[in-house]
Amino acid sequence: MSFFKVDQLSINFGGIKAVDGVSFDVDKGSVFTIIGPNGAGKTTIFNLVSRIYEPSGGRLVFEGNDITHVPPHRVAKLGIARTFQNIELFEHASLLQNLLLARHAHKQSSFFSELLFLPSVRRMEVEHREAVEKVIDFLDLQQYRESLIVNLPYGVRKVTELARALCTNPKLLLLDEPSSGLNVEETEDMAFWIQDIKNLLGITVLMVEHDMKLVSAVSDRVLALNYGRPLAQGSPQEVQSHPEVVRAYLGG
Amino acid sequence: MTLNGLAVGCIYGLVALGFVLIYKATELVNFAQGDLLMLGAFVAYMAVVWWGLDYWVGFAIAVVVIAVFGALLDATVLRRVIGQPQFAVVMLTIGLGAMFRTFASVTWGSEIYTLPTPFSGVWTVGGVTLSHQYLSIVAGTLVLCGALYGFFTHTRIGVAMQATSQNQLAAYYMGIPVKLIFSLIWAISAGVATVAGILLAPVTLIDINMGLAVALKAFAAAVLGGFGSIPGALVGGIIIGLIELYAGATLPEGFKDTAPYIVLLLMLAVRPQGLFGTLGRKKV
Amino acid sequence: MRFVFKTSYAQDIQLFRDRMDAFWYVLLAAAVALLPVVMSEYYVGETTWVFIYAICGVSLMVLVGYTGLISLGHAAFLGIGAYAHAFFIKHGVPWVAAVALAVVITTACGIIVGLPALRMSGIYLAIATLAFATIIQEVFSRWESVTHGFAGMPVEKPVIFGVSFAHDTAFYYLCLFFLVVSLWLTRNLLRAPTGRAWVAIRDSEIAAQSMGVNIAIYKSMAFAYSAALMGLAGALFAHKIAYLAPDIFTILLSIQLLLLVIVGGLGSLHGAVFGAIFVALLPPVIAILRDSIPATLSSVAGATGLSLFGAIGEGVGAFLRKPGVEAGIFGLILVLVILLEPLGMYGRWMKIRVYFSTFPMYKRATFKRQKTYMRSERLR
Ligand SMILES: Nc1ncnc2c1ncn2[C@@H]1O[C@H](COP(=O)(O)OP(=O)(O)OP(=O)(O)O)[C@@H](O)[C@H]1O
Ligand SMILES: [Mg+2]
Repeated sequence: MSFFKVDQLSINFGGIKAVDGVSFDVDKGSVFTIIGPNGAGKTTIFNLVSRIYEPSGGRLVFEGNDITHVPPHRVAKLGIARTFQNIELFEHASLLQNLLLARHAHKQSSFFSELLFLPSVRRMEVEHREAVEKVIDFLDLQQYRESLIVNLPYGVRKVTELARALCTNPKLLLLDEPSSGLNVEETEDMAFWIQDIKNLLGITVLMVEHDMKLVSAVSDRVLALNYGRPLAQGSPQEVQSHPEVVRAYLGG
Repeated sequence: MTLNGLAVGCIYGLVALGFVLIYKATELVNFAQGDLLMLGAFVAYMAVVWWGLDYWVGFAIAVVVIAVFGALLDATVLRRVIGQPQFAVVMLTIGLGAMFRTFASVTWGSEIYTLPTPFSGVWTVGGVTLSHQYLSIVAGTLVLCGALYGFFTHTRIGVAMQATSQNQLAAYYMGIPVKLIFSLIWAISAGVATVAGILLAPVTLIDINMGLAVALKAFAAAVLGGFGSIPGALVGGIIIGLIELYAGATLPEGFKDTAPYIVLLLMLAVRPQGLFGTLGRKKV
Repeated sequence: MRFVFKTSYAQDIQLFRDRMDAFWYVLLAAAVALLPVVMSEYYVGETTWVFIYAICGVSLMVLVGYTGLISLGHAAFLGIGAYAHAFFIKHGVPWVAAVALAVVITTACGIIVGLPALRMSGIYLAIATLAFATIIQEVFSRWESVTHGFAGMPVEKPVIFGVSFAHDTAFYYLCLFFLVVSLWLTRNLLRAPTGRAWVAIRDSEIAAQSMGVNIAIYKSMAFAYSAALMGLAGALFAHKIAYLAPDIFTILLSIQLLLLVIVGGLGSLHGAVFGAIFVALLPPVIAILRDSIPATLSSVAGATGLSLFGAIGEGVGAFLRKPGVEAGIFGLILVLVILLEPLGMYGRWMKIRVYFSTFPMYKRATFKRQKTYMRSERLR
């Protein structure tokens, strides 16, 4: 039984087959990367996994459970967290608030206990805060804790998204182009973090990425996609030198 | 009788059209549309009654004055809030509307005025009486819609406006003066509201609150049709007008004003995107 | 600049930031409690309006300021609360039970209205709430066995556990009490997961969902809670206004309540209170100016011999006396606030505070927002 399995996944938008019969397996504790030219359907796969879109065919199996039809807000609770390609932070809240929200899947308090802010709520809040602080330390975000997201530079926001995803305590982490918009130095940091996430935290990573250097540095397996169809799958080197992949990139 | 409903529906449709034009181009929702209608009717009244001008001259003056006013409004105020949350814009235009009403009440007082029109007779066709008043509204709507359609599809500037509504940035790079286009769209929209106001004037008479009631219904019409769809706005307006009329005639008292909203709520519960709308969803 | 040293995580979720903060709030509370001693009856009455409006403000702030849902129909909830409360006390239900029932009924209505809201956003929601409010207003005027329609419905003075709150000062404390309770409960929610979920929905529904927030439930909750507070405010409103009629709860009142939260400052409870002060006190202030401006200017004219001042005074007075001017002034303020200070009075207050606490190092850029062009909500 594989850790996360995508089986013949498909979706159409009108006439476009954005994802068309894509299958792959992600092993526990590995980094699996999806590459492909713009519009290949990579983000769409993520949206299917996080259940924002309804697939027109195929199955998603996570830890042996079929999750093809769970409602989107249950995905986090199952242990799948994601980041977004175009940063979807809660802009008018502080960084700390953003990360605390990610603890929502672990919330136990009821509405009325929160209304009165009972000691149990207080205790849970402190626990959440401790969990969040671990992530803040892990990603070096201490100095931005109280800043509103709107006032943060792009690079920090990108890291905040990663932090927020980590705060949900995921087993599987989906990263949509973690390095886009980052400078060389920040990209290197990102590579280290992804490795740390895999090695230190033991979290499995499914990633979409364009930066080939980053891809080869961190990935265990790579899937290349074009027009929603899989082109090749294998180690980073194999896929990069695969003639179909080369053609897809050069041909546009 | 259906004609009456159709005529009132046309007015709603026209005002809704104004909403939609502005929304499509700038993503602003103009809650002051009804008050532009009211101002337009007052200007026409001033021209015709106070200055003794010909009806058609007064008509033209009112349309031009309010259109220019709309363009100025865009250039001075509304352009600054593009990109702000929709809610802020709605409130801004509500505030503007309140200012216009106060302006009108200070300038013209709170009396009710009657605008004399050349349409007063009736036609009797096959035993059915058709009043010229209502016919003039339907005809006016048809002519205006035809003119607008021609303008948007056959003139350079109309096509440029369409392009701008579809993709601002691309239009900008194509060398279309986007800001000017926005002001023009505001002008057209305000002009359409004025036409609606003048056509409506003989039916509801002119007072400072005439716009508010119409705008709320027109707003419902625009949403019913699917906010952002021009045919939707017109169809929605006519539907609302007819519902209002038949509910008033057949249902117990009190349903005349609420029936359109009840229908709207039911429709939104079934089809949240409206009749002709598409369900927009933010792409991530 | 005052630094707050933190030694535990629990400190960040306290009701007050630190001792200093708590001290100021206690001082404020004391001052407000002592006001009726020094103020005339008239001003006690006006300040009571501030409290009632502030509860409305908190209600709307939760919905609009924190959850990002627009409601153009909140006056309907206020009306439902007011009528329900008046109806129950008229039929001999004890005061506390009547308030509770009024709150329960408005909450139920809030949930019902919230249901379509789950699938709608922005402008669709605005129009749906508007439609709801129009229908409810019609119900108020037609359901005569309960509301007495346009004939109006007198509201008895509150008597709680045999104690009469008929006197203005007593009612002042009653409203103050409920305001403080509302603020406290709301603040509790806002520093707990529920409040964060609301903010998350406001800023990005999709991300909120992916982090495990059930959008439907939390939107309904926001509507329900907001309606509940509105019901409470309605009960107090009924006593304050003493005579209920359907044309009180119009869309114009809904808009005035929205004005309140915007002028006060969206996204802060302080804003709800600031806004309430503004909305409740502007009409009396206009009334005072109406008489005092001509008087002052004519005395200036008398002293300087320039009749121009007298004329200006007369003009301003006459202008302010015209019907409908108040609405225009509200409109003008709304426009100015949105254009110049989108964060409202609370935002301005924060800036002033930061200015003084960092003087002379204040940078204008501290509060500068990035300009966003075309934040499209449409998909292309
Ligand atoms: N909600 C949607 N409605 C219609 N079409 C969509 C939708 N989402 C994605 N598409 C289409 O599906 C295709 C794949 O899009 P997707 O965002 O997955 O590409 P991508 O591989 O992530 O590209 P990029 O590298 O640019 O991020 C595109 O043609 C896109 O236009
Ligand atoms: Mg993508």
